Amino acid sequence: MAIVEVEHLSKIYSVALKEPGLAGTLRHFWHRQFRDIVAVQDVSFQIEAGEVVGFLGPNGAGKTTTLKMLTGLIHPSAGSVHVAGYVPFRRSHPFLAKITLVMGQKQQLLWDLPALDSLRINAAVYGLSDAVFHDRLAELGEMLSLGEKLTQPVRKLSLGERMKMELLAALLHRPQVLFLDEPTLGLDVNAQVSVREFLQQYNQRYGATVLLTSHYMADITALCERVLLIHHGQLIYDGSLDGLLDRFAPYRAVQLDLAQVPGDEARLRQQLATYGELERLEGNRVQLLVQREALTAIVSRILTELAVADLTVTDPPIEDVIGRVFQTGVVTGGPPA
Amino acid sequence: MRSRLRHRCQQWQARLHLPLTLLSVYYAYMLEYRAELLLWALSGSLPIILMGVWTQAAQGGQFGLSAIEFARYFLAVFLTRQLTVVWVAWEFEKEVVQGKLSPRLLQPLDPVWHHVAGHLSERLARIPFTLGLVGLFFLLYPQAIWFPGWTHLLSFGLAVILAFALRFLIQYTFALLSFWIERAVAIEQFWFLFYLFLSGMIAPLELFPPAVRTVVLWTPFPYLIHFPAALLIGMPVDIRQGLLAFAGWGSFFWILNRWLWRRGLKQYSGMGA
Repeated sequence: MAIVEVEHLSKIYSVALKEPGLAGTLRHFWHRQFRDIVAVQDVSFQIEAGEVVGFLGPNGAGKTTTLKMLTGLIHPSAGSVHVAGYVPFRRSHPFLAKITLVMGQKQQLLWDLPALDSLRINAAVYGLSDAVFHDRLAELGEMLSLGEKLTQPVRKLSLGERMKMELLAALLHRPQVLFLDEPTLGLDVNAQVSVREFLQQYNQRYGATVLLTSHYMADITALCERVLLIHHGQLIYDGSLDGLLDRFAPYRAVQLDLAQVPGDEARLRQQLATYGELERLEGNRVQLLVQREALTAIVSRILTELAVADLTVTDPPIEDVIGRVFQTGVVTGGPPA
Repeated sequence: MRSRLRHRCQQWQARLHLPLTLLSVYYAYMLEYRAELLLWALSGSLPIILMGVWTQAAQGGQFGLSAIEFARYFLAVFLTRQLTVVWVAWEFEKEVVQGKLSPRLLQPLDPVWHHVAGHLSERLARIPFTLGLVGLFFLLYPQAIWFPGWTHLLSFGLAVILAFALRFLIQYTFALLSFWIERAVAIEQFWFLFYLFLSGMIAPLELFPPAVRTVVLWTPFPYLIHFPAALLIGMPVDIRQGLLAFAGWGSFFWILNRWLWRRGLKQYSGMGA
């Protein structure tokens, strides 16, 4: 049975409008005008227990609003949500004990005290005995390599250490469902990798369900087999990462090392454009995007018509594919796969 | 028998675990601001200034209270203010406007308990500074030294607890308006004007015209300052009316508070989060 069930979920915000300038300010003061903004529109999906799902979309697509509805922070305008069998916005204590939300930009730890003090509050709030608290602290502290940092004031921790500490605080009660909103935001590459590894380990050890948003595709490719794509508040794709490529990237990247570079570059460019979309031409290095169905024919044409020293065919980087999807709006109107 | 007693003890320990943890952590938090605590205590010294004004005035005119009585009254007002100062509106407004309420809403504990623990801990941390200031006052003005007696001390203690609870409840109720308006603190600041004049902080209620005093005694203001202060220095007060006022205004603001909380959560958008 699905642990997260979302049906026809929508959220509409009312936003005050203000024109710039003094006249706009005075008008805004006397007669405030509001406009409805549709943040999430008719979104439906299900997540099975233990799944790790990536939630992708550009800024303002509705990812965080959806997460807020899933955790019960805000009420939906329409549709229904069930998480672990509970209606989130009722915020029943058994529900809150089963979930957690980690927001990369928000912190719950008391800034001027060592993290251990905030963790003691969390343990007491979730009714953990001292023995259980110390066991979990030792276990999570080791997984996150935080041992001696627990007694340092939070303000003295580095950004990466603070994020790991936030994760520890958010997972102390061992939630079944983890909602992670940009958990690696602003971290350096090493810290990103260690947070990623920790999440992987946590999921495997406790069978926790994870819904993760991130702007770093490396987070998504390392952790998620399934992704949800949201754009302008609508779900435009729900399926595997590979399927995403098949659906939205019906082309392959072809890299060529030319043995001989013809003197007339303009003519070469013209010729290359007949094979596919020319992405790059630097010296003897060429990168082309070629339609998948025509790939074999195009490659044999290239080999016949050009002096090629080396040829490689790869999938285009996932960031590029998703970037193109959001930029060109290729998918608007397409039903989720 | 012994095992039942042990079981009872364990049950109590478990029940007290959360409040004691909250208090001990927030106490540690407040002690981080030891220099600020002295300044906060000093910032509440308006009654001491007014004491100087009124004792001088008492020497030159008829006010129904002697200079010593004025001095003791304003000292009692100073103590009451120190023990009932509340700032939850500022904190809560910040939490709502900046979305910092979100992590607290995700825990199975009403977020208000963090503020209650913060206020109580600050009170504990502030007491040494307050007592130091009282000691300094007696050193400078030894004629005013008196021991109020245990009964007055006890009734003052109870009245201060009720006054703090009501002041906190009222300000927290205003703070809940942050769900709808950006600066709910403005309402508290407007309310503070009435609080300042009608609570007995500027002048004892005994100096108000009788008709005004009768009306004021039906409002919550005098019970927040004048009532506990008068109990401490042994001035006559209507204890029954005082308790009724705490019960009545407490119930009113409690109902309003819970209603606003439920409505407010529907309105909350977790801004910035």
